[in-house]
Parts: sequence; C-alpha cells; structure tokens
Amino acid sequence: MNLNRRTLLASGATAATLATLGLPVRAQEGPLKVGFIYVGPVGDGGWTFQHDQARQEAQAQFGDAIETIYQESVPEGADAERAITQMILGGAKLIFTTSFGYMDATVNVAAKFPDVKFEHATGYKTAPNLATYDARFYEGRAVCGTIAGRMTKTNKIGYIGSYPIPENIQGINSAFIHARKVNPDVEMVVIWAYTWFDPAKEADAAKAMIEQGVDVILQHTDSTAPQAAAQAAGNVYTFGQASDMAAFKPTPRISSIIDHWSPYYIQRIQAVLDGTWQSQSFWGGIKDGVVQIGEITEAVPAEVKAEAEALRDKMAAGEYHPFTGPLNKQDGSPWLAEGQTPTDEELHGMNFYVEGLTGEIPS
Amino acid sequence: MDPILLLASLMVASTPILLASLGELVVERSGVLNLGVEGMMITGAITGFAAGVATNSALLGFVGAAAGGAALSLLFAVLVLWLRSNQVATGLALTLFGLGVAALVGQSYNGIRAPAMPDFRIPLLADIPVLGPILFRHDLVVYLGLALVAGVWWFLNRSRAGLTLRAVGENHDAAHALGYKVLRLRLLAILFGGACAGLGGAYLSLVRVPQWTEGVTAGAGWIALAIVVFASWRPLRLLLGAWLFGGISYLQLNLQAADVRLGFSLFGSRWELPADLQTLLFASAPYLVTILVLVLISSGKGRAALAAPGSLGQPFHASR
Repeated sequence: MNLNRRTLLASGATAATLATLGLPVRAQEGPLKVGFIYVGPVGDGGWTFQHDQARQEAQAQFGDAIETIYQESVPEGADAERAITQMILGGAKLIFTTSFGYMDATVNVAAKFPDVKFEHATGYKTAPNLATYDARFYEGRAVCGTIAGRMTKTNKIGYIGSYPIPENIQGINSAFIHARKVNPDVEMVVIWAYTWFDPAKEADAAKAMIEQGVDVILQHTDSTAPQAAAQAAGNVYTFGQASDMAAFKPTPRISSIIDHWSPYYIQRIQAVLDGTWQSQSFWGGIKDGVVQIGEITEAVPAEVKAEAEALRDKMAAGEYHPFTGPLNKQDGSPWLAEGQTPTDEELHGMNFYVEGLTGEIPS
Repeated sequence: MDPILLLASLMVASTPILLASLGELVVERSGVLNLGVEGMMITGAITGFAAGVATNSALLGFVGAAAGGAALSLLFAVLVLWLRSNQVATGLALTLFGLGVAALVGQSYNGIRAPAMPDFRIPLLADIPVLGPILFRHDLVVYLGLALVAGVWWFLNRSRAGLTLRAVGENHDAAHALGYKVLRLRLLAILFGGACAGLGGAYLSLVRVPQWTEGVTAGAGWIALAIVVFASWRPLRLLLGAWLFGGISYLQLNLQAADVRLGFSLFGSRWELPADLQTLLFASAPYLVTILVLVLISSGKGRAALAAPGSLGQPFHASR
C-alpha cells in the first residue's frame, strides 16, 4: 500500500469522526481470537489434555468464526502475566487461564485490558471483564471415595495433593467421608507434591505411599505417572484424574473423574460472538455434566459398582450433597448439624480437615 | 519408614540427574557450556522409550536413548564449534528444540507400557546385611551411573587424554599451540555429554515413571546444571550432589507419607518442625546448600578449589 501524508491524514480524520460519533470501530476484522493458557503440556493425559480437547471441540464447532491459540507449560506466577499479555498483543479478545495459580496474574492483566474478556478456572476473584468457572470435583471424589473404601484390603488409602488449596482439601474431605461411610476402619495418607505436573515426583509420591501399605491411590496432580507406578507395584488401585486415563483400564485404574469443559467453552465463546458476554462465577457439577464419572471396570465387584453409581445418580438428580451433616471438624468441633449443607462460599474457603483425618494442612 | 528401603530408593531417585550432570561435567571441563541438558534429556527419554518399545527390551532402549541424546548434541556441536554461535543462546535453543521434538515424536507413545527393567542382584554382595539392599540390588543403569563416575574421575585425573581435555578447557589457545585438536576433542566431549543426558532422560521414562509423558523431565536438566557447579567440576563431589538433590525430595515425600516430623527432645519437652516449614525447608535445601558450598569454597583458602575451567563458554577459532 502506498502510504503518504494525505491518506494518513484522511484515515486519521475518519477515525476521529467515528470516535466522536460514538460508532463502534471494529478493532479487527475476521475471526474472534480465543487464547488458552495451560499449566502443563497438552499431552499430559490429564488436566491440560482435557482443556485442550475442549478447545479443539470449540474450534470444530465454530469453524472459521473463531481462531484458537494456546500456550502450554506456562509457570504459575509472574511469568503468566507476560504470557497472557503477549496473547492479547497478538489479537486475542477472549482468554481462558486454566489453573488456580494464574488468578492474580489474570486479575492484573484484566485490569489493564478492559476490552478483553477473561475466564479464569478454579479461582474466586472476578471483575467486570473477568469471569470464573470451576467444577465440583468433590462430587466425583465422593464416588471414588466410596469405591476406595470398599476396595482397600489394608484399610489405607492415599491422596496425592498438589497444593494445599481449598479445591484439594474439598477433595480429600469428600473422599475420606465417603470411604469412612462404607468402611469405618479406613485411614487416609496425604502427600502434598507442591506441583501440578512433575511425573517423576508424582511417581515417587505414589511409591512412598505404597511402601507405607497404601493400596488405593487418588491423585490430584495431572500426569498419569501415579497410574504407572501403581501398575508396576501390582495390587494397587487408582482413579483417573481430570481425564479418563483409559489406558490403565481395567487395573490399576478402576474408575475416573472426567472434566468435561467443552459445553462451557462453546457457550462462553458464543456469548462473546453475540455480544452478550457477562462476568459470572460458574461452578458446575455432575448435574451440569461438567464432572463425569468414567467407566467403573470389572475389577470392582458388581454390588460396589451399583452402590457407586447410585450415589452418582443421586448427585445428578440434585438429591444429595457430599457434605451433609452431621459432620465435625478434625479437632472434634461441630461443623454441620444434622441434614445441614455448607454454602458455596464456605466450600470455596475450606481450610480444615474433617474428623478422623490425621496430619495437618500446611498453611 | 524403613531407612534401608529409603536409601535404596534414594539411589534410584538420583540416577537421572547423576547421569545428566556427569555428562555436562565432562563437556564443561572441555570448555563448552551446554545449557541444552533438559532438551537432550527429554529427547533421550522419548528415543529410549521408542527403542525400548520397538525391541521390547529396556536395555536396548537405553542404547537408543544414548544415540538420541548424542544426535541432538551433535547439532549443538556443529553450531557452536564450527559455526561459532553463542553457546548460551544455542544451548537454550537446544532445550526448546528438544522439548518440541520429543513432544512430536511422543504423540503415538501416550499410554503405552514400558518394557520391564529387571533388577540385577550382584551375587554374594547383595546378601550383605544393610549394604546389600542399599547398594547391590538395583538395575544395571544404577551401576552404570556409579561406574561412569569412577571412570570419569580416572579419565580426568589419571589419564593422558583427560589431561589434554582439561588443558583444552583451561586455555584453548595454548592447547592449540601445543598441537592438540581443540575442536575434535570438544566434539567428543559434547557427544559424551549428550549420550549421558539421553541415558538420564530414559531412566525417567523407562524405569522411574515408567511411561512416556510429555514434559517427563520437568526441569531435571536444570538441576543437573546446578549440580555441576555445586560439585565445582569434580566427579566425586558430583555424586554427593546428585544424592543430595535427588534424595532430599524423595525423603521429603516419604516423611509426609509416614507423617513423620523432624524435631528434638530437650529436658523432656519435644519440639517439632511445623509441617509446612518442614516441606518448604526440604524443597529448598539443595539450593541453599549449593549457595553455602559456593560461598565456602570461593572464600579464603579454598578459593583455588572453585576454579571453573578457564575457557568455559568462549568460542574457539584457530586463527587467533
């Protein structure tokens, strides 16, 4: 294009006129650019894999109307701010940041770019252009805890936590409550890995548990390494986490919690295309289809399978809340009275174990 | 918590970083800084896994891993030695390239089971109480790692070729003037470093995890680089460093699993570390110790002992 002073002046004048008239100026022509920030690699076989599957489904659904971009293995913390900003400078108008640790980075960048829409997974801070979305993983944990309590022979089940944040603590409490319900002798060993994704460390954590006599392992980290460690040990059962982890069927993986994000992504992208997007806090569970229970394999006796599926169906029908009183806190003080259930705010800030769990939560 | 079992696991946990850092030590003693250890490790992890699956033999897998790591390091060698590119930038690029290549090659290996790596009990020695289970009931690669440490120590300190390699690393112009083939020696050192890093990566994907997962090394290559500095470029200190770095994180997980808290009893009252402090302390201990060691050996009398190779990181051209 031949740029000279006259055309520059003319285009400047046009823009100024449009601005004063208050007409919407389209910043970009063409497809809506949607960015995704991932905490692990897309091939982790768990959390990030599942988000990326949903991204691909959204891309297929909208075709040429949108263009999706992603960056994987973005560290939580200050560097995330740079990655998000870079995506915006690259033209992204809607950004999904898919890990708890991106919360402050997302809040900071959202304040700087009021025209860009942000969606942060599993956090609790919102802004006019920043929504949050989360899944009630603890509902899935209730089902896994029931199976774990029935399947353990040593009466020791293990939970590999990532970071001591409410999401993990909800999972630990929910799994433990339901394991105890079907097996009063069960005990739970918790290891905090202080990472979402480090296969060697996750495998080591699983091995350390197995050495302690644990024979059913639940994980809250993203890789399939604990599954492989359990497979190598033999006689140890696991649950798929975030993704089905079907490669480890029928044992060690005897069931799974699957995160199903694509309906949410498609709905929110549609809202931006329609211009109806608004900030909100979405927290979906089994009922909403965001949390799904993967196939319970033949390694589980039929009556246990039926019991677990009945629990799942009760939650899907909205008839049962995993945290239903009477429940006490770890120190024995009462938490929930008979029939009482906690509010979502209370769950979002959960920082205590329930009665019967040993050990303490690192602060 | 069984201390014998724990020490045995510690040997296994430290093997990947031991192998990778040992290779890097030889590379750096020849005067080349290769920051691409992470990339070479993960390339070795996938080529080793692929070779292992194809041949259904973990041992042949390790051969493939060494070849894969060395092949990637050859690229680095050509760029750095003959095209005289910046070593730091090239090394970082090698890491990114290795991570990408491994992710690409690994696409079809998700969820595949690794061939089993049998433990090899050394006859007689394995039956010694205490020492037997700790030292002599492992797989062959653990022994290979220890043998390589001894071999590298002997090579650097007792052999003529090792002396030449050190001379090239200390002052490449002088070594060149004496008629030594600087580039050829450095090429061999870089290939050795690549092969070792590949073995270390494959130990993760074939034995320790054991499966292929994208990003399986998760920063182990960077720790290997830190250990070389911690060891002040000496093989025996390197062994200590690898046990320290690899062992502490494993110990930390075990203390959590057993719900054991470190502490002491004084006048009948017991004092214990809080759970979160203990975990953080263990997680940061290797780095704190590295800083401490660097301060100690670079001050006063021990100063000469730090001694990074004189030509480390500098490009060499015969015309100068």
